[in-house]
Amino acid sequence: MTEVIRMSGIEKRFPGVHALRGAQFDLMAGEVHALMGENGAGKSTLMKILSGIYAPDGGTLHVNGAEVRIAGPRAAQGLGIGIIHQELALMPDLTVAQNIFIGREPRSRWGVLDEAQINRDAEAIFAAMKVPVDPRAEVRSLTIAKQQMVEIAKALSFRSRILIMDEPTAALNDAETEELFAIIRRLKSEGVAIVYISHKMDEIRRISDRVTVMRDGAYVGTVAASDTPIETIITMMVGRELDQTAAEIPDLSAAPVALEVSGLSRGRMVRDVSFTLRRGEILGFAGLMGAGRTEVARVIFGADPRDGGKIIVHGKERQIRTPQDAVAAGIGYLSEDRKHFGLALGIDVRGNIALTSLERFSDRFLRVDDAALAKIAANYIGSLAIRTPSDRQEVRLLSGGNQQKVVIAKWLLRDCDILIFDEPTRGIDVGAKAEIYRLLQSPAEAGKAIIVISSELPEVLRLSHRIAVMCEGRLTGILPGGPATSQQEIMRLATQRDTAPQGASA
Amino acid sequence: MTATPIATAKPRLLASGAQQKLLAFASLIVLLLFFSLASPNFLQTANILAILQATSVNGVLAIAATLVIITGGIDLSVGTLMTFTAVIAGVVLTFWGLAMPVGILAAIAAGAACGFISGSLIARMKIPPFIATLGMMLILKGLSLVISGTKPIYFNDTPSFPQLSTGSLIGALVPALPVPNGVMILFILALIISWVLNRTTLGRYCFALGSNEEAVRLSGVNADGWKVAIYALAGGICGIAGLLIASRLNSAQPALGQGYELDAIAAVVIGGTSLAGGRGSILGTIIGALIMSVLLNGLRILSVAQEWQTVVTGVIIIAAVYADMLRRRRAG
Ligand SMILES: Nc1ncnc2c1ncn2[C@@H]1O[C@H](COP(=O)(O)OP(=O)(O)OP(=O)(O)O)[C@@H](O)[C@H]1O
Ligand SMILES: [Mg+2]
Repeated sequence: MTEVIRMSGIEKRFPGVHALRGAQFDLMAGEVHALMGENGAGKSTLMKILSGIYAPDGGTLHVNGAEVRIAGPRAAQGLGIGIIHQELALMPDLTVAQNIFIGREPRSRWGVLDEAQINRDAEAIFAAMKVPVDPRAEVRSLTIAKQQMVEIAKALSFRSRILIMDEPTAALNDAETEELFAIIRRLKSEGVAIVYISHKMDEIRRISDRVTVMRDGAYVGTVAASDTPIETIITMMVGRELDQTAAEIPDLSAAPVALEVSGLSRGRMVRDVSFTLRRGEILGFAGLMGAGRTEVARVIFGADPRDGGKIIVHGKERQIRTPQDAVAAGIGYLSEDRKHFGLALGIDVRGNIALTSLERFSDRFLRVDDAALAKIAANYIGSLAIRTPSDRQEVRLLSGGNQQKVVIAKWLLRDCDILIFDEPTRGIDVGAKAEIYRLLQSPAEAGKAIIVISSELPEVLRLSHRIAVMCEGRLTGILPGGPATSQQEIMRLATQRDTAPQGASA
Repeated sequence: MTATPIATAKPRLLASGAQQKLLAFASLIVLLLFFSLASPNFLQTANILAILQATSVNGVLAIAATLVIITGGIDLSVGTLMTFTAVIAGVVLTFWGLAMPVGILAAIAAGAACGFISGSLIARMKIPPFIATLGMMLILKGLSLVISGTKPIYFNDTPSFPQLSTGSLIGALVPALPVPNGVMILFILALIISWVLNRTTLGRYCFALGSNEEAVRLSGVNADGWKVAIYALAGGICGIAGLLIASRLNSAQPALGQGYELDAIAAVVIGGTSLAGGRGSILGTIIGALIMSVLLNGLRILSVAQEWQTVVTGVIIIAAVYADMLRRRRAG
């Protein structure tokens, strides 16, 4: 096999951060090369250098054997390097096809666009990918998973020989992940070299040929994926061994009910959902993407209006119409889409952590007690291992996983009685995941009630005391957590579609 | 090869942009009906032509403002830029005594050059659009006064100049349709820019920049360069507005201009273009500009005091945007 990329001694500094310290990486034609490391290890930065978005401060870069300097994204595309960014980089007001061909629109000499042409081309790409996406749909109207598919289609449309995927499956469900893997395998057989970044350990084993591990911006090592135990890779990543055992499930049958939801409905996405949540309990919500789990959370939190149903908090029915009502009732919600709903990206880490609890840190005259804030922020930065040069760093400059940790810190600080976490570990590395599990367990032990929505079955199984499974807006069953339940049982409920003959007209 | 079936988006009666235009259009019709019932003088041909003539300058400025607003920016200098280009035309035609086409070209070129400067300040020096164009607004206002010696410049040496706006080419051909040239210029320009927005690369980048500038940059597009080009185009259009107003007044009035930018932005907003960028249309803007002039004309015919006309305009702007918000929330 021929070597297509060789990066060595790569250095990159940002103000206050030494992001890459002599990083190295190489890539062969026709291989899937996984790049792994903790949040903030420098994976995305290294790949942004390869795709021309950042200029390196030092080191050399060879493409197809020749030393090159990549001046910009255009130059990288010219070299056949395509990248799918960790944070989706799409234009929501444009159509799918317009997004795919932005900057390369087929046009006549006068800059007149050929819309029919790009729609046809996009259609062909999606047909080859075997995913149904309408090229004429506005990207705004698509789910995150579909938007991800658009990004992939965009990268494929360059006929890239080198394809970088930065956490492509973070927002995909199992079926969609399978589709992606099929696409990756086909590209691979055509000789395309693929860099694959992911925090999902099981995927690495299944899809990649080699694994390169980075830690703190430096190169740790490269191993063959097939004969290296996952534990070894994890140890390379975090520099220590991790406790992977599940927590014990307490008997909560006598604990008071913290939240009771009955007959909750909203359109087709939430249909007659009822459940109870006891104090000290962690209730997992499993289901396929689009099963209505997020919608249930948003309705409980008052972010969306409900058509019907009751929400009873600590035995009292509450009229929750806005998120403010929900917070007043002691309910917190950590959104799955942190960029749009969870973070003020231009504000520093400290400000974001304090965002929902500012009143607690201000006096009668609305003066903010900055010293106390700084102390609290330092606490969370330490306990969640948030990688940031200081608590005054703007959140948008943190790595993806570290942004997620800031959102978690924010809600932990808010100290709600009922906390809903929607995909809390999306894009978070194994070490921090274990830390977050521990962090979710400790408030539960302190008598708080917690709902965790997660698309990763092992996570739901490991974390939850009970597991609620949803399918097509309905709650199809509640299973016990821990070893008593298997992934198959959950999947059976998650795919239990509504086939009752009476409902056939729907 | 068998094509996989492509799931189409949920069928909607109208795209959301079209709905907004419909809303604005319906409001326009309601206003027209109301005023024609309220006063017999309203629906006279002369009055309709007066409304259209009054729309032409604000309409052209609003087209320029639409381009910039779709990119997610704002241009506060359109009004004084219009005046500046009128003064330039005065200098070329009256002070230097050159031929009319030279004056026309000079005005448009001056507008484009100023737009180029604003665009460069915003895209290359990263000055926020509000600040950069606020500065330009004052600079151009001052320069207009300096160049003209604070006195109006009359176009007495160029007798055909007023014809540019007030003459009627169409009327000469079809006497039944005495539509002034200024109005024709507005509509032709609207058609051209609408086409540019929807069919050309420049238009595509307007929407893309307003939608997610970072994504445009990551796609390897010269985002800054296109932004400068868009502001320059908007500036050139302001030059056309400058010619129209100078021709109508047969003079370049250096003290005029400030305040026009707000009318233009109002028309854009009433027409459903989002100040957040990423969506909008020229058709909407034209309807918005028409709504404003119909309103002012109608209120004047009903002898509503000038002060109250201003109050009503303010209320209409807020109501238009609120109606749009309501509609969007319902659409989900
Ligand atoms: N533009 C920037 N300005 C300042 N610091 C930055 C910038 N981009 C990245 N960093 C910092 O560089 C380090 C490496 O970030 P990078 O995004 O490469 O991490 P990562 O390995 O991709 O992590 P994750 O798994 O969380 O995505 C982090 O500490 C991050 O905060
Ligand atoms: Mg990353």
